[in-house]
Amino acid sequence: MNILVCVSRVPDTATKVKVADDGKSIATQNVKFILNPYDEFAVEEGLRLREQHGGSVTVLTVGGQESTDILRTALAMGADKAALIQLVNPDSYQVAVNIAQYARNHSFDLILFGRQSIDFDSFQVPPMVAQLLDLPCLTIVSQWSVTNGTVKAERDIEGGKEEFETALPLVASVQKGINEPRYPKLPDIIKAKSKPIETIEPVAVEPQLEILSMEIPQTERRHVILGDSDEDLEKLIQLLREEAKVI
Amino acid sequence: MKIAAFLPKLGDKLHKTAYEAITAAHQVQALIGGDVVGLAIDVDQQQLERTAHYGLTRLIVAEHPLLANTYSPSAFAKVLHQLASSQGIDILILPNITYGKELGPRVAVTFEAGYIADVIGIESQNGELIFRKPVYAGKAIIAAQLKTAKKVFTIRPNIFTAKAAETAASLNIETFTPELSEADFREKRLSITRSTGKLDVAEADIVVSGGRGLKAPENFKLIEELAEVLGAAVGASRAVVDAGWRPHSEQVGQTGKTISPNLYIAVGISGAVQHLAGMSSSKVIVAINKDKDAPIFQVADYGIVGDALDVLPRLTAKLKEVLHKS
Repeated sequence: MNILVCVSRVPDTATKVKVADDGKSIATQNVKFILNPYDEFAVEEGLRLREQHGGSVTVLTVGGQESTDILRTALAMGADKAALIQLVNPDSYQVAVNIAQYARNHSFDLILFGRQSIDFDSFQVPPMVAQLLDLPCLTIVSQWSVTNGTVKAERDIEGGKEEFETALPLVASVQKGINEPRYPKLPDIIKAKSKPIETIEPVAVEPQLEILSMEIPQTERRHVILGDSDEDLEKLIQLLREEAKVI
Repeated sequence: MKIAAFLPKLGDKLHKTAYEAITAAHQVQALIGGDVVGLAIDVDQQQLERTAHYGLTRLIVAEHPLLANTYSPSAFAKVLHQLASSQGIDILILPNITYGKELGPRVAVTFEAGYIADVIGIESQNGELIFRKPVYAGKAIIAAQLKTAKKVFTIRPNIFTAKAAETAASLNIETFTPELSEADFREKRLSITRSTGKLDVAEADIVVSGGRGLKAPENFKLIEELAEVLGAAVGASRAVVDAGWRPHSEQVGQTGKTISPNLYIAVGISGAVQHLAGMSSSKVIVAINKDKDAPIFQVADYGIVGDALDVLPRLTAKLKEVLHKS
């Protein structure tokens, strides 16, 4: 089974976001960038399927030269090949078009993603890639079986669960819970440093999204801090009813 | 300008975000003019008529034997594309729920439209729409434009809320028969299970979340009791989900759900930056924590400095008294 796992490079979840001088992006000084946490599940799932069915796992990202660090993380986990489509600050549409083009030039049975990239949280690239390639697509999969080209998958939806059946070739995005990603071992991390990374020229496609400005939300909060006496609890209930009017 | 609101169905009812999509469509109309139409797939007449109380005057519903009581991303994307094309739609609005998140990008591709997800505000400048959208799990908000002529966007639930009006608008419902075959259902839904009696954190108006301060998984019954009195959903911090105390579906935060309920009550949660990212857009925040220096108090409207296990039973009992009296 030939598997493509698409990954993205995002600020660590512990990052306190500040706006850069351009007023429309985040300041990257002192920000640690990591392999998108949901993509770890996708890489792990690719490796497990390869271990069961044979084949190979290719990891792909669209970004600047700095994105090779997350490709090396995936290589250290066990991916066979890595490719970087060099395009600085692409929007999600450009990412989708470029991934689709790469997939057309190769032959994959499965194209895997994390359910969302935790920078723009748009959940947008997997369905776009599926549509561009005219493939079936399952998103936010939390549990599945892949046997003889047939896929049975389960996912959470608002207030419930759904089960689907579909067939390879397939585009899928996976969710926390599908597996427990392995930690790369030190010798593998060292070996990954010298593995080749294929660099690819991007497809010429215009971005759709133009960011005009970015700001840190400032919600005015009341900051009424009370103790834990019975009177304080009664005061809290009164405030929620009469001041905030939420209960 | 032809503006369309997609009205998703979950179970046998329109999802509550369907009405929010109508509200967002009317906002766009107020900003740049045009006509608003509702688009639905396999929804019964009685459900559709409720949209008249949200000011909708025209609605097209796709009906086809193959569409009855099912869902398939490929097939639904195809039907929605046909629906929107038949009406010459310029702007398509979907709720940012699972179905909207997967149909929106697909239809944007076939429709050659620009796409932006999870919009929380819409403005206009020189006749161009400007969208406000949270990024980095709400740690920042961008204002952005779509440079394409046609636009597809999804709206965050619980933001574009509207009350049903007493009087209904005069609503014209038309039926549309899509071109569709069995082969279009490339993902076949085998089953859908609705969790009964349990509210989803992403949907509830009130959420009560617990963290490490509960000390043991069995103490979550105190959270459940408080949630029950308030008609709230139960949420959890990442720490207790990772510890296996609660399911991931309840996790609030950057690698869980990002939510904006009317009231969020954080109990025994210190307020790591990842947790704050997931809940800081809640309208009113209450924090209960024994550490008065916990970061959660910095985003709280109301705080109780006290031990969760001691405070919760008393608070629940008092609320029961007050809420049942009125």
